[in-house]
Amino acid sequence: MDDGAANTLAVNDRISKTRIKCVVWDLDNTIWDGVLLESTTLPPLRPHVIDVIRALDERGILQSVASKNEPEPALAALASHGLDQYFLYPQIGWNAKSQAVGTIAERLNIGIDTFAFIDDQAFERDEVLSVHPVVRTFTEAGLERLPELEDFIPLHVTEDSKNRRAMYQKEALRSRAEEEFKGPQDAFLRTLDLKLKLKPAREEDLYRAEELTVRTNQLNTTGVTYSVEQLRDLIASEHHQVIVAELDDKYGSYGAIGLLLISQQPGQWCIDLFLMSCRVMSRGVGGVILTALRTTCRSRQIKLAAQFRETDRNRMMFVTYRFAGFKEEGDLLVNDLTKIPALPDYMQLNLDPAMDWPGINQPVVTGESCDRQH
Amino acid sequence: MNTVTNANPISNSSVDYRQDIRSFLEHFIGEEDFSDDDDIFELGLVSSLMAMQLVLFVEKALSIRVESEDLNLDNFRSIARIDAFMRDKAAPAHD
Repeated sequence: MDDGAANTLAVNDRISKTRIKCVVWDLDNTIWDGVLLESTTLPPLRPHVIDVIRALDERGILQSVASKNEPEPALAALASHGLDQYFLYPQIGWNAKSQAVGTIAERLNIGIDTFAFIDDQAFERDEVLSVHPVVRTFTEAGLERLPELEDFIPLHVTEDSKNRRAMYQKEALRSRAEEEFKGPQDAFLRTLDLKLKLKPAREEDLYRAEELTVRTNQLNTTGVTYSVEQLRDLIASEHHQVIVAELDDKYGSYGAIGLLLISQQPGQWCIDLFLMSCRVMSRGVGGVILTALRTTCRSRQIKLAAQFRETDRNRMMFVTYRFAGFKEEGDLLVNDLTKIPALPDYMQLNLDPAMDWPGINQPVVTGESCDRQH
Repeated sequence: MNTVTNANPISNSSVDYRQDIRSFLEHFIGEEDFSDDDDIFELGLVSSLMAMQLVLFVEKALSIRVESEDLNLDNFRSIARIDAFMRDKAAPAHD
């Protein structure tokens, strides 16, 4: 792993120059001209505001609001301007704005050091900075140049970043549904109509895959991160499979939620890395992926092993491996490929045709047989 | 019902954990009347989170850490087996 270490450093170095992930807007005299509570009519938007909001949204930068206002009229005014959809967890009320920004960071679960705050009032900017010195603050003047600043240019715009706001909105709906659901968890999962898709990573998936390895600590079986260059080499290698897992449910896509690196040795597949996004740890995805792999290896009559390196945070993945029948054997975890459970009925598994994973019982198409000669 | 609900960490093997285990599992498994011997890993959902919480449940009840050699599915696949495993761990030196 010598060159691995070097590349990992490079990744971290790039990540440490953090780009803005969330912009928090003031309303009065920042988004619109004038003070809403003193106006008899809808205050007009300030120039360029709508273009900036749309530009940031398309790059996957999340946006929210911290405004001292009455919540209902302020939200109605945003809706009248067609802007309400862009803001996640808007904080409108009379509390300190530092508290509003803190709440948004907590709800979105992203670091406060990736936040920007825009407010026309120096007092508010200073108040936020007094509590969160790492927040980057901006005035309303020269707003139109904001999207040109390096801080607001993501390193990569992936398919997932373009949909990021929508994914957070769906996630909020899911969480609410889950909180309100009365009954056991498997009954809730059955309501979701879960669809898991596994596919070989392609060039366009590389940045998503890298992002997953860098962001996911808790559910990473080795704690190793991979750079785009390393992943590209693995994809090109005949002896490796790089598999991306995507999950969908009735609310829409979760995006790429898992990554699997498999090295193909003679008579054995070894899972070098298996990681999953924390967002899906209650969905049963890990078990389904391991069941599919075990079934495939049994069907190919080869062994299945896995690397595991304990970190201070990944015990859940060890339990996942152990409960999927992996046992410690020397440096590896090895699966005896017996007692493989059936795939659960609450999740549909979809394998990309390019994958050579025999033995998985795909949903049977009734009626016309696929291999019938015409 | 005469089950012991507040398991004492230094209790002996006569403590019955089955009701506690069932109460825990009912958050996850909707099957109306699964028996103490039903395989919960075949009944319904076992997510990574649930598996972890199940291990933590056992550890908390007994104030122990379940070592990796004991993280065996056979110790956890039914209420009866979890109960037996917990009794074994709670009373390592009995008789």
